[in-house]
Amino acid sequence: MTNVLVCVKRVVDSSGEVVLTEDGQSVDGKFAGYTMSNHEECAVELAVQATAATGGTATVLTLGEPEAVEQLRAALAVGCTAAVHVEADAGAFGPSDVAREIAAVVKEHEAAGRPHDLVLLGNDAADSGDFQVGIRLAYELGRPVVNGAARVTVEDGHVVAGVEAPTGYETYRVPLPAVVTVLEGGVEPRYPTVPGRMKAKKVEVETRSPATEPRGAKRVRLLLPPPQPSSVQILGKGADAAPAVVDLLEQLGVTR
Amino acid sequence: MILVLVETDASGADEVSRETITFARNLSAAGGGVPIDAVVIGDLPVPAESLTDQLASYGVRDVHHVTGDAFSAYGGASWASAVVSVRETTGSVVVTAGGTPRGMEVLAHLAARKGVAMAANVVSFGGLSPFTVTRQVVGGAVLEEMVLDERPAVFTVAGHAVEASPAEARGDGRLVSVNPEVDTADLVARVVSSDPPAADLSGGLKSARVVVGAGRGAGGANKFDDLLELTSLLDGELGVSRVVTSLGWRPHHEQIGQTGSRISPDLYVACGISGAIQHWAGCSSAKTILAINTDAEAPMVSKAHYAVIGDLHEVVPAINEEIKRRRG
Repeated sequence: MTNVLVCVKRVVDSSGEVVLTEDGQSVDGKFAGYTMSNHEECAVELAVQATAATGGTATVLTLGEPEAVEQLRAALAVGCTAAVHVEADAGAFGPSDVAREIAAVVKEHEAAGRPHDLVLLGNDAADSGDFQVGIRLAYELGRPVVNGAARVTVEDGHVVAGVEAPTGYETYRVPLPAVVTVLEGGVEPRYPTVPGRMKAKKVEVETRSPATEPRGAKRVRLLLPPPQPSSVQILGKGADAAPAVVDLLEQLGVTR
Repeated sequence: MILVLVETDASGADEVSRETITFARNLSAAGGGVPIDAVVIGDLPVPAESLTDQLASYGVRDVHHVTGDAFSAYGGASWASAVVSVRETTGSVVVTAGGTPRGMEVLAHLAARKGVAMAANVVSFGGLSPFTVTRQVVGGAVLEEMVLDERPAVFTVAGHAVEASPAEARGDGRLVSVNPEVDTADLVARVVSSDPPAADLSGGLKSARVVVGAGRGAGGANKFDDLLELTSLLDGELGVSRVVTSLGWRPHHEQIGQTGSRISPDLYVACGISGAIQHWAGCSSAKTILAINTDAEAPMVSKAHYAVIGDLHEVVPAINEEIKRRRG
């Protein structure tokens, strides 16, 4: 039986135009809306699969503003069974701060007889892109860590994690308790069912305050890169443009 | 002193590592010419002399080569312990690496061990007092200025932030072999087996001269015939946007973007792709971009070199016919 804790972050949906807040300290989600950071959708799926296979519990955790409960409900709707919400202004927390807060929850739950043998996180957040929270958490907890896993399974008290590296598919086999960060692509996150959503609404979320004062992210300010003037040459409209396109292909030397 | 973690491939120091050393030279100049040392870990794919010669041409002073059984297989913690050990003996005030999965991982371990911050994906250096860097966040859509006021200053350099170029003045390129002790706890999470990717699924895409890309505009899993024909006529590879893999139309290994492959073909034909920043992060290195899109205002159209405004399922078959007609 493996009890998994999966950590997710509420981020601004950046698939459209990105707008900054007036103080230049964060990305404004007023118009774009919010979502769960992409790698973490896969981490949630892997957490649900691992607990289904071993009969344990899957707890989802987030650190963020009150509205981040939406992302907790989304994870509950696809099979997580409990949720922890550290209510805080995520922008004021640097990666070390976040790692310390997750570690505080893991240690407190463990002392209360609810250990989290495996902690899953995204490899990096879609907004702050720090690439380090999972590793810092491992040091806070004194656990081994595998980074950037596409596949994660649990067998015989070990976590087996597969990483797609440029040189090949690398396998790690690490004794529990452990920390694994997940890269999207190894599993397809499932869609929530209607009964899943109904069930998610009824779960009581454990809401708590941060354990310590954050030290911050050492951020001076955010900037948008200067817009590049468009120099596009329109070759034509619809099928009529085909000769102009093939002229271009010949000029580039890409037609055999 | 500046310490650069160097990763290797069949060419010696890989491109991102050479870019990182080039970046470090700007920093070195700002600091009045502080030396740059390299650390390289484990078995080398090239003779040590050719690696040290190459690194000397980039201005590197000492090349610390970490050897020993503990480094026969990759592990983030064991590699970081070796870099920490080299840093302690050299007294480096800056430790940097390329913004690759391993570069990020090893430096994050190092930063956690030293209790200092790490800046990921740095693209420029702002000044020494305070030590300020600018880095990519939100997949490159936003830049963040960040202060690294602790020592060592730890950061990774984003791929293609600078162009790799040899130094005007050669460094010594002195080989220093080191064999640091490794704590057994740092050997727990290591690669236990490595299999070649099942038929190197995305390798062709990354090295292709021509890539035909397809986005939501393709319209369905069974609507790729014309795109695949164009791919074949141009002897290229098919790549897709994230939405196409999310919808299950095409496999993930064909995905281009921040969380897929980064491509740098001579020609990228982006069909029915709006050009979200996540996708742009993967295709912006293409030498020429031709966008085919119904929306003349789509970001992919304005960022492209050439564009055709229209439905890809009308334009692409017409291009295919025109190519075949000219070939006779």
